[in-house]
Amino acid sequence: MVIPLEHVIGLSAILFAIGTIGALTRRNLVVILMSIELMLNAVNLSFVAFARAWGDTLGHVFVLMVITVAAAEVAVGLGIVISLFRNRDSVNVEDVSLLRW
Amino acid sequence: MSFAAAVFYVLALLAVVSALGMVLNVRNTIAGAMSLVVTMIALAGIYVVLDAHLVAVLQIMVYAGAILVLFLFVVMLLNLRSDEFSPSRSRLVKLAGVALGVWALGSFLALLPGALPKVVEIPADFGSYRQVGLSLYRTYDVAFEVTSFILLAAIVGAVVLAKRRLS
Repeated sequence: MVIPLEHVIGLSAILFAIGTIGALTRRNLVVILMSIELMLNAVNLSFVAFARAWGDTLGHVFVLMVITVAAAEVAVGLGIVISLFRNRDSVNVEDVSLLRW
Repeated sequence: MSFAAAVFYVLALLAVVSALGMVLNVRNTIAGAMSLVVTMIALAGIYVVLDAHLVAVLQIMVYAGAILVLFLFVVMLLNLRSDEFSPSRSRLVKLAGVALGVWALGSFLALLPGALPKVVEIPADFGSYRQVGLSLYRTYDVAFEVTSFILLAAIVGAVVLAKRRLS
């Protein structure tokens, strides 16, 4: 492996932190979902890096599982966004405080 | 520096810049989604450098192809072209988000040196369709079958949610 493992994992951490900041600071539900996708991608990157470091394809198999879950999450999440937009005319998370106590 | 390493660092920079472009772009949601596409494609290139060829192809097909198209459809369907409530939540929450992200990143990077495994030599066909496919269908076949249930549940759930009107 020509690239030090630290650099790949560091890139993964940076992308995860950017995703976290996006999910916590933005108010647009669609952008929050995109930030969560970014976090899942960062995790995938570290799976691939560790699979390469250990020479074990289990990491690749797990990435396929994560991609499946991400696709399912986006489908359901965007379904919820569309449903919310129909009922409230907004995708602002602060307009959706139905479950807040 | 070898060619693969140079490709990795260029793509890593591209991924970070476009991810920042997605998170910090508070005016145009479509531009944010396009930035995310660039991140996904850069990550696919990084997977190729890391000998994960099947994962790289799936990254392009599923993320850049399917998931981002879904995002763009929803953004255009709901006409969210401009993100008018962008200047984000209260300053406290904003600061807390940035502080948490920076703290998590800092503590992670501080722990990183010395905590990682030694890199081993790998066979020439590592990450090929054949090797990952054998692993997927022989060793982890039950998990693979279960993912089809997840996808079925997600399809049904998405259709039900998008069609129903709450009272």
